[in-house]
Amino acid sequence: MSALKPKHQRLVLVVVALIALIAAGLLAAYALRNQASYFYVPTQMAANPPDPTQAVRLGGMVQAGTLKTMSDGITVAFIVGDGEAQVPVRFAGILPDLFVEGSGVVAEGKLGADGTFVADNLLAKHDENYVPRELEEMTAAQAKRTVSETAQ
Amino acid sequence: MIAELGLAALWLAAALAGLQLIAGAVSVKQPDGPLASLARPAAVMQGVLAAFAFAMLLWLFAQTDLSVKLVAANSHSAKPMIFKLSGTWGNHEGSMLLWITVMALAGAMIGYLERRLPEVTMQATLATQAFVGLGFYAFLLLSSNPFERLPTPAAEGQGLNPLLQDIGLAFHPPTLYFGYVGLSVAFSFALGALLTRQVTPNFARAMRPWVLGAWIFLTLGITAGSYWAYYELGWGGWWFWDPVENASLMPWLAATALLHSVSVLAARDALRAWTIMLGVVAFSMSMMGTFLVRSGVLTSVHAFAVDPERGAFILVLLGIYIGGALTIFALRAGTVQEGERFTATSREGALVFNNVMLSAILAVVLVGTLYPLLTEAFGVQVSVGPPYFNPVGAIFTLPMLAVMAVGPLLRWRRDGVKRVSKPAVFLAIFAVVVGALVAYLSNASVLAVLGLAFAAALGIGSLLPLKGRNLLRTPLATWGMVTAHFGIAVALFGMASESAFSIEKLVAARPGDVTEVGPWKITLDSVDPVVGPNWTALQADLQASYKGAAAIELQPQSRTFWSPERETAESALATRWNGQLYAVMGSGIEDGRRQLRLWWKPFVPMIWLGGILVALGGLLALIGRLTADLKRHYVRRRSAERREETQA
Repeated sequence: MSALKPKHQRLVLVVVALIALIAAGLLAAYALRNQASYFYVPTQMAANPPDPTQAVRLGGMVQAGTLKTMSDGITVAFIVGDGEAQVPVRFAGILPDLFVEGSGVVAEGKLGADGTFVADNLLAKHDENYVPRELEEMTAAQAKRTVSETAQ
Repeated sequence: MIAELGLAALWLAAALAGLQLIAGAVSVKQPDGPLASLARPAAVMQGVLAAFAFAMLLWLFAQTDLSVKLVAANSHSAKPMIFKLSGTWGNHEGSMLLWITVMALAGAMIGYLERRLPEVTMQATLATQAFVGLGFYAFLLLSSNPFERLPTPAAEGQGLNPLLQDIGLAFHPPTLYFGYVGLSVAFSFALGALLTRQVTPNFARAMRPWVLGAWIFLTLGITAGSYWAYYELGWGGWWFWDPVENASLMPWLAATALLHSVSVLAARDALRAWTIMLGVVAFSMSMMGTFLVRSGVLTSVHAFAVDPERGAFILVLLGIYIGGALTIFALRAGTVQEGERFTATSREGALVFNNVMLSAILAVVLVGTLYPLLTEAFGVQVSVGPPYFNPVGAIFTLPMLAVMAVGPLLRWRRDGVKRVSKPAVFLAIFAVVVGALVAYLSNASVLAVLGLAFAAALGIGSLLPLKGRNLLRTPLATWGMVTAHFGIAVALFGMASESAFSIEKLVAARPGDVTEVGPWKITLDSVDPVVGPNWTALQADLQASYKGAAAIELQPQSRTFWSPERETAESALATRWNGQLYAVMGSGIEDGRRQLRLWWKPFVPMIWLGGILVALGGLLALIGRLTADLKRHYVRRRSAERREETQA
């Protein structure tokens, strides 16, 4: 190594750095391929349910009138829908500050064998102006549907 | 009147930035030309005027002047004074004004103080800084004027987002901004040196304090942000790999790499082109962070003040700066002379390894953060979370930590494996023993076990450079390195402990009910209404006793702010040397019970203590460098005076 000419040393440095960065990129790409099936909306979840062992995110609107607290006082049950499909969700924990019926939510957890989504974390919006990006288009589509339904 | 004064000062400052750009750029070609003496005073005046404009906005917020749109939209007369003041930068326009003010003040400091660089490099640096600054002035004056008046004054302000009404968050964003802006200064230095072909150890010594300063602020900002998320959001977590968090982590990673490579350049005159490259990348990452946070292109649970149009503006600026810098780099990098040589097993070799690993981690975080954007362009919605970042990041973090434990023991330029083989074997055995013990005694995850093992080894390894030294004579810079590396070990210990040993309990309790969480017994005494300055709340009174010791009072609240109207959960914390008890109150149940969520998180404060130690290490190094510079300056002046005396 000590015999390397300056030019060669620079070349070695560049090559090492490039290899590391390419390795990082490839590794990232490989890991991300599995992430493609990380986020679901109810329609997707109904059509192509994830494995019960796989941790995924479910995004949708909390359906009005479906929020119930179980008798243990801790577990809540509600239904998340996207206008087409609906998924029952169970969550044991304290609801986030801005969690309300009719609003968007992203639930992290696993889909149980009985078709109930067991969430271990709920992400509701944190700012009145903030809507999870995954839900933005859905809200617009829902609004359109509501308008067309009432117009009939 | 105040608002108009502020706006006028801002326009004048922008004009001076234009003058500074022209004067600096012309003087690079004509060092003795008529404009050569203008860039420095222009930089100083620009700093004064920008600071004046910011002071005016601060004044408007202190007065709650509701004829100003920004104040009406973000403040309220009933708000405590401290949050009225922090409201100045708790919004898009104000924070951009803060950014430009800090940047202009930094430029003023460079113009006034910096004497080490060759004059042409100085001029090129000031010109670059003015160029970057002009983009922000244009942004501020054309699309986000903070001094805009309302046609008719508002009767009352809309208030500040309650989540931002917190002492931690009053100071967290400006801290991060100081870091970002410090990196813009490093960027200007790097381009100035590249343009004038003066990439020398002297240049590195001039740039180093700015990199160190930026890095200290970034470290503190990230630490504070993480702690804020931990106690204010009420989720009990401290890092979510949220895009907004990543936006602050990426510049930190780049700045950490830059900090180490600039030290190599200053001490050993190697890694010249690489240091310039990192200077460009670090600033790119801080711009990227601003873009991600401000534009709303990414899903984030704590993105505030989002506006796509402004996002486009920042994106254009990002393109101009980064594209321009990379073009100049491509054209000029070949002309930067070769630096000194070194062997693979040397201090430089270890630092290069650290740099490459940090860059790889940066790439992993960047890809994970931008990937959802990319797939969305193809109509596929993806969200990337901890299952990606934790393992993929660890693949590069763990080898880096291993080299970090022994690298500082190596000599500069050329060394053998021999010097570090004994401590390396000792640390490796120690790590294996710790890891095996943890894995045997708990059901911690693989990553948590590895984290604890590496933390233990690094904790000892980071102290080894002090072995056999006279501690009183050890330079402050060495103390800084040791402290910062030890801080990383402490933070890692906290992170791994939290994920390995946390105990969580969720109960619905009536007054008088007792809950056990690990070694704690927690009694709910009562739930009562309380009133604050701009909120009302329900407050639970908890008595928490650790292993039968005297009870500590905990009072988690469920607050309702009335302007803007919304609810927040205020967690309560009981801190012991060996961990933290974390309590949140949930909603009430019809039968009179209350939801309580209780965590016992062993050693979790170590995460933030580690962050503070890392920043402290940076501060020690900075003080050490600055005093050494001052001393050298003084000695040089004395010897010059003596020479004059003998000549006379």
